[in-house]
Amino acid sequence: MSVLTKIKQAKLVGRGGACFPTGEKWSMVMEAKGKKKYVICNAAEGEPGILKDGFIIDNYPERVVDGIKLALDFLGAKKGIIYINHKYYKKYKKKLLNVIGKSPIDFFKKPINSGYIGGEESSILNAIEGRRIEPRLRPPFPVTSGLWNCLTLINNVETLYNVSLVNSGEFADKRFYTINGDCMHTGVFSYPDNWTIAKILKETKNIVKFPFFVQIGGDASGIVLNNKQLKRQVDGAGSITVYSIAKHKPKDLIKKWLYFFLNETCGQCTPCREGVYRLLEIIKSPEPDWQLFKDLLINLHDSSFCGLGCVVPIPIESFIRNVLVDIPKSKKKLFNSNDIHEVCSCYK
Amino acid sequence: MKKIKIKINDKTIECFPDKTIMEVAKENEIFIPGFCGHPDFPPKGNCRVCVVEIKGHDKLAISCQKKVQAGMEIFTNTDRVKKARNLNIELLFAEHIEKCPTCIWRVNCRLLDYAEKYKIEITRFSERKAKRKTYKFANAVEIDGSQCIDCRNCLDACNMMQKINYLELKGKGLNQEIVPVKDKKVDCIYCGQCAVHCPVGAAQEQTNWEAVEKLLKKKSKVIVAQFAPSIRVSIGEEFSLPYGKIMTGKIVAGLRALGFNYIFDVNFGADITTIVEAEELLERVKISPSMPSITRGGKKRVGLPMMTSCCPAWVKYVEFYNPELIPNLTTARSPHIHSGGAIKTFWAESMNIKPKDIIVVSVMPCTAKKFEISRPELKIKGEAPVDYVLTTREFAWLMKKNEIDFKNLKSKPADNPLGEYSGAAAIYGGSGGVMESALRTANAMICKTSKICAPKLEFKEVRGLDGIKEASMDIGRRKLKVAVVNGIGNIKPVIENLDNYDYIEVMACPGGCIGGGGQPIPTDNETRQKRIEALYKIDKGQDVRRAHENKGVQEMMKWLRGQKGDLEHKVLHTKYKKRK
Repeated sequence: MSVLTKIKQAKLVGRGGACFPTGEKWSMVMEAKGKKKYVICNAAEGEPGILKDGFIIDNYPERVVDGIKLALDFLGAKKGIIYINHKYYKKYKKKLLNVIGKSPIDFFKKPINSGYIGGEESSILNAIEGRRIEPRLRPPFPVTSGLWNCLTLINNVETLYNVSLVNSGEFADKRFYTINGDCMHTGVFSYPDNWTIAKILKETKNIVKFPFFVQIGGDASGIVLNNKQLKRQVDGAGSITVYSIAKHKPKDLIKKWLYFFLNETCGQCTPCREGVYRLLEIIKSPEPDWQLFKDLLINLHDSSFCGLGCVVPIPIESFIRNVLVDIPKSKKKLFNSNDIHEVCSCYK
Repeated sequence: MKKIKIKINDKTIECFPDKTIMEVAKENEIFIPGFCGHPDFPPKGNCRVCVVEIKGHDKLAISCQKKVQAGMEIFTNTDRVKKARNLNIELLFAEHIEKCPTCIWRVNCRLLDYAEKYKIEITRFSERKAKRKTYKFANAVEIDGSQCIDCRNCLDACNMMQKINYLELKGKGLNQEIVPVKDKKVDCIYCGQCAVHCPVGAAQEQTNWEAVEKLLKKKSKVIVAQFAPSIRVSIGEEFSLPYGKIMTGKIVAGLRALGFNYIFDVNFGADITTIVEAEELLERVKISPSMPSITRGGKKRVGLPMMTSCCPAWVKYVEFYNPELIPNLTTARSPHIHSGGAIKTFWAESMNIKPKDIIVVSVMPCTAKKFEISRPELKIKGEAPVDYVLTTREFAWLMKKNEIDFKNLKSKPADNPLGEYSGAAAIYGGSGGVMESALRTANAMICKTSKICAPKLEFKEVRGLDGIKEASMDIGRRKLKVAVVNGIGNIKPVIENLDNYDYIEVMACPGGCIGGGGQPIPTDNETRQKRIEALYKIDKGQDVRRAHENKGVQEMMKWLRGQKGDLEHKVLHTKYKKRK
């Protein structure tokens, strides 16, 4: 049985956050026309609140390298590149080199000021090619026209780790979860991929006693859920962050997300470059136009150039809808501020 | 390729599958707005204004890039599309400080047009680029950062197309800014391709219409206007007339209505240029023994290949990037400098007007000409041959500002004696025109003296929009190997193979002057093609087809060549210098 068949049978999905079916991506590269192929292992780990890729490299470097080699062999690719952030390069270079040995796998250090967008697929291609580090217009996709216009497979560290497990028949339908925030036991844990958030928090003894909400799938782009919505699996990237309601003022939290995206936007497209700036302008003004605020968020979802713009509304809207809007009057004091009514008015 | 069926706004449409939604919409007269796209460049997709809704797709798509597929159902005006489109236009507007009162693009402004068409509120967001710099390039072109909407067309023009790589995008995210590079080995050549590709007038010519209008009002001097070969086939576009309409007579009438005292035709000057250049070509070709190359036989060719010099952006390119080629440039001045010189000497004397009391204003398709006229070596007895250059756009602006109904003006002829021209002059505006004009005259001159050939009139091999055209021409007994380059981005293979050629025409702008940096917007291959076709139409309609047969020019040259001292040299020739 070929490794691709095993991947498809195991129904592997990408673990970089987008959950794209791994078998489908590998098939596309295999079927595309072109002799020269590249395999890139994305070890940028730029999403705040996610530490699992560093954990995997630290504890299972052989599995990661094995996954890369399997991809190289299966696709007939000449070279593998580990695109890795500076911190991980420093910490794990030696470990990885020991495992890589004579295999045709090189490192490419994620450029220092490339930020969040420097971990996005097509931005990685631009970084390696020495171009401006920002997303490319797609189509074409990297699978048909990637690095130096060659066919390119880009997979996350955990995805390649899973490929290695699947190949040796040891994949157990588990995934890694990073737990952060205002809870006791933070860190990276491995559990079945169908466990609910509630179960994971229980298992890690992280069911907190104070009023809280969670954000899953990354601290910047992840969806926010209240404590009644925990009977579901973790979507997207593998993280659960616990927020104590008392510690986070709504407007400040929303501003925090907006400042993050303002800092990280590549600036190519209007809805993101201009929209995020104007969202901050609105929320900082004494009498915010909440309808315009909402319209700018919808615009980001509807017309952004890339995935970054599309995720900007996710934490903000889910926080307002799931946490703020349905808060009973009695609990409004908990938020420690007068912002709630204002912020909610556009989502009622 | 077989056609497919799609639906746009519930209407079934047949089209070819390799097209974008925007292209198919345009073919079917469905309008979709946009800023960052230009037919000269691949789609960039950054303005997000051309969005459409596609049935079954979660997000909106950009129609400038999304290709049609069989069965696709597209909607260009749903509430969702309107909201995104209008909000994005509004956001872009907030990146552009309005300077409408003195902006020549006001009469043809995409931002204002869309704001009106879609009833967009333009005051909800504060101006965010108030503190941005304006970068000026000599006295020719400028980029006003406070008006830039980050579409990147200027980058594509300067880097991808012209390959000068003078502009770059500095800074991240919100702070990105178009700036000149800091590399001392790179410099601007003033071609203005950034300006003619900018959708909002952030990159534009440095204007001189204000000074000219003041002089016209003052009426203290004799103010003469002259207009380039390219203007007459392009100006109509500024008044919604079809591409390639010939408007010579109305231009004269329009200039008269503005208050110019005399109106001459730069085509007269082009005939002078052809004569001077053809004479120089024949001289250089004679000096050099039967075309040996530098590599073969080791004999150096003096002054060959000869290269045209009427394009000031090309001259700046040579002076800065390849000063070793300065001896190859023809010493002939450019057409409007030739006619300007004739005006301030020959004509001034005939009219008994002092040269210092004459102001000459050239209407040009070009931004580099503004730089050209500031060259001190062009002065004739202390007077510059041309005092101001206005672009085609500035001229159209003056018409509209002064409410002159250009379309309905009664055509008038230019004044004599500098109003007559040959067909060879008319074609100067297109790539290959200078070459063909010079060859017509050189060929006729040789056939006259050697009597061994019949003079050839048309040299079709050098015509057209191709970046590099090569041909081998019979000039008397010899084979003259020529190259014609348009778009300075195409120059490298020719510069690297100079031994292959005897005479080279270079125009920095794609298509030649009709595609110049000062031309109406849009300038793309469709407009370039139509403008060029009109030039050859004018040529065919002229009685006189060769420059040296222009009687007015003959008379002027006879006068000039009879003058004492070095006046002839001062009026007809120039020199160049290495620039850092």
